Amino acid sequence: MQVTRMQLPIDTFRLPNGLFVTLSEDHTAPLVAVNLWYHVGSANERAGRTGFAHLFEHMLFQGSANVAANEHFELVQRAGGTLNGSTWLDRTNYFETVPSNQLALALWLEADRMGRLLPAMTQQKLDTQRDVVKNERRWSVDNQPYGTWWEKLPALAFPSDHPFHHSLIGSMEDLSEASLEDVAQFFATYYTPDNAVLSIAGDFDPAEARRLVEDYYGPIPRGAGRPQLPVMDVPPTFGEWRREVVSDAVMLPRLYLAFRSPVFGSDAYYAASVAGAILGMRRGSRLHRALVRERQIAADATAFTFDLPKGSDLLVVDVTARPGVDADTLEREVAREIDTLHSGGVTDSEVERALALIETDFVTSMQAAGDRADKLSMFATYFGDPRLVNEQVARYRRVTTRDVNAFVQDRLGSDNRVSLLYIPRESGMEATDVADLEATSV
Amino acid sequence: MTIAVAPQRPAPGPTRAYHFPAFERLTLDNGLALVVAPVTKLPVVTILALVDAGAAADPTGREGVARLTAQTLAEGTERRDGAQLADQFERLGTALDTSADWDSTVVRVTVTSDRLAEAMPLMAEVLRSPSFPEREVERLKQERLAELLQQQAEPRGLADDMFDRFTYVSSSRYALPDGGIEATVAALTRSTVDEFYRARYAPGATTLIIVGDVTPNVARSMAAESFGTWSGSVAQRALVSDQPARIARTVHVVGKADAPQSELRVGHVGLPRLHPEYFAVVVMNAILGGLFSSRINLNLREAHAYTYGAFSSFDWRRAAGPFSVATAVRSDVTDAAVREILLEIDRMRAEEVTEAELTLATSYLDGVFPIRFESTTAIASALSSLVTYGLPNDYFDRYRASIRSVTASQVLEAARAHVRPEQLQIVAVGDPALVRGPLEQLALGPMHVYDAEGHPAD
Repeated sequence: MQVTRMQLPIDTFRLPNGLFVTLSEDHTAPLVAVNLWYHVGSANERAGRTGFAHLFEHMLFQGSANVAANEHFELVQRAGGTLNGSTWLDRTNYFETVPSNQLALALWLEADRMGRLLPAMTQQKLDTQRDVVKNERRWSVDNQPYGTWWEKLPALAFPSDHPFHHSLIGSMEDLSEASLEDVAQFFATYYTPDNAVLSIAGDFDPAEARRLVEDYYGPIPRGAGRPQLPVMDVPPTFGEWRREVVSDAVMLPRLYLAFRSPVFGSDAYYAASVAGAILGMRRGSRLHRALVRERQIAADATAFTFDLPKGSDLLVVDVTARPGVDADTLEREVAREIDTLHSGGVTDSEVERALALIETDFVTSMQAAGDRADKLSMFATYFGDPRLVNEQVARYRRVTTRDVNAFVQDRLGSDNRVSLLYIPRESGMEATDVADLEATSV
Repeated sequence: MTIAVAPQRPAPGPTRAYHFPAFERLTLDNGLALVVAPVTKLPVVTILALVDAGAAADPTGREGVARLTAQTLAEGTERRDGAQLADQFERLGTALDTSADWDSTVVRVTVTSDRLAEAMPLMAEVLRSPSFPEREVERLKQERLAELLQQQAEPRGLADDMFDRFTYVSSSRYALPDGGIEATVAALTRSTVDEFYRARYAPGATTLIIVGDVTPNVARSMAAESFGTWSGSVAQRALVSDQPARIARTVHVVGKADAPQSELRVGHVGLPRLHPEYFAVVVMNAILGGLFSSRINLNLREAHAYTYGAFSSFDWRRAAGPFSVATAVRSDVTDAAVREILLEIDRMRAEEVTEAELTLATSYLDGVFPIRFESTTAIASALSSLVTYGLPNDYFDRYRASIRSVTASQVLEAARAHVRPEQLQIVAVGDPALVRGPLEQLALGPMHVYDAEGHPAD
């Protein structure tokens, strides 16, 4: 049996109001996933409102004209479904997987909040969710070892006026400032059918699904068009190695080392992704083999990409020291591995290992209807074409050792690095702030 | 922007039948049990070896050896060293996951079906002839010690471990984390690992679960070829004690200076997995704190905004695992959050839940059933629990009806019998300067204060 036989059936249509819809049938189990991507994320926030896109995502569970606060959750769970939402730098998604006889409910709930959110918004709901989000920030960032990497790394990697520079979860001050007027304005600007993709995957009748979508979403008016983001483009490399040392309540040093890399979806992205897997995917990767297994400098070592489709992607290496290994040694030894890769390149055999792992991961990630629907929405939102999901395996297979080496040569040099080095606060080392976070050269 | 007329809220369509994947069970001549569930949606197969070698079987003083043994299985065999082994699996597009939970060791791979024939003998090699290289045992032991060190700064894992320690009698295996603590892990050696392997790993103590794009005949013959000549036997497993550390309600403050939140764990010893009221307890817990729309989450998160989330759970094991409520709350409302949790527990025991609450829980657990089994790994892990707890073969076929049959009075009985407010152990990992006084004011029982390593701080 060949994995290549795995092609999702995909159908698409667009409503007159601009809503783009993708359908993918699979009748192996009586369940169906509904997935909505709004093309808005923290990148679209205005100055002084960091964290607002995510706070707004919380407000979408506080009811709409025909749905009471928290009733969305209750109705979907009562229907036997799972649901959630998430906010990212450049998109926000909302999703349900429900028994297939409950498709209409999931579509109706999403339509009610796309079309009729504002009548349900109150100051009290906003105040409550603001406090919930502040607790989410404490939980995931402030009271979690290394939790601040998540806002410090983009801040270091993107210029201060770049949409990806600021914190996604937001500052406590900005969250405090968010008003109901901000909610109304953000909703009118971004939560419009022409700024959304709706995907349905699983066990459904396409004619019925289309009729439901037309009935529920058809009457929702088109938006006025989303405001242009500032220019996202950045030079292909940092032009330097920008370092920040963070003294924090952690027990072991950890290094986050990031490289600007080709944007998600570009031909060069696939080579970068393979290079990332060679460096830090699973125990046979270079960093794990050299630093964890052989030299025993690190307790853990991984690499991953952010998968950003605009501006620049980031390839990130994340290595935690073993007890007794100091931060300087950690940074030096990781850098040595990267330098070896940069100067010596990768082998055919390493590329084969990486491709095999990536391919299995991709196929297994297609098992759940919710994951399939999310991928369809992603490719439709980013590139206007959900069928790209069916080309991913082939695009990876086209990557050659030469392609990976070209990426490694261009992007893994010491002129294209930013690093966050976490050190235990008690260790006595002084943290030094990076004086200038702007890209100063190139 | 607002539209005048909204479409009517829709009613559900007719239900479509769902059946948990059919599976075959058989036993090879050497005692190895086999469970095969063909699932052909995608060309992938999961092979899961379930060994009756959980952390509950750790000998006293060697707590952590089951996990270390499971991890070291992947680090070398008589034919290959750890690096070669990792490489072999990864060239097949997969990686060997090895772990030990309380009741079992699990060794698992998921491969595309064209690579199954190569993955099966490799998996057998790992289970049948591990070499436990001294260097790798020592390295993985050091990695566990690093994890324990990290935990002193990581409030969630710390709260979980402290809760177990304060809840179970110190002679119970459940009082210590499944991976062991510094003193017991430091004492592990290559020979303790090898001894554990010899004592607990054998074909008669192992079930091979194969789920995915494969026919039963092929799966059977592949398994027989790779595992059929494995020999050996193991002694009966001892039962683990699940006795509580104390009967009286007690407050435990574990210090984490300057913490902006308190991690709370509130609970006591729960119930064993094979319990006659299992379904009533599951539904009761869903209403109390198992769902997003549960009483505890709606109270602490949506009404009071003390937290990002608050949940309760029964941790089901062979012996009685813990019942606990877990949440992280802003430091200055630690006492108020504890008070609300206790109020919700009391309310659960005071009167029957409403019809709306009952049907929310039962229709959720009933309806979500097919969604839980979309992947081969999820199906394999469901079959593991069937094997581990000796549940009947038609367990999954009857699950949904069992859930639907739970009544409000059974829920009340379950709450009254199995949630005991006067025995709750209340653990707060947070800033003692902020939480100690207010918690004392609640006068819930004796209070103990500890440092991040669990040593008494006063």
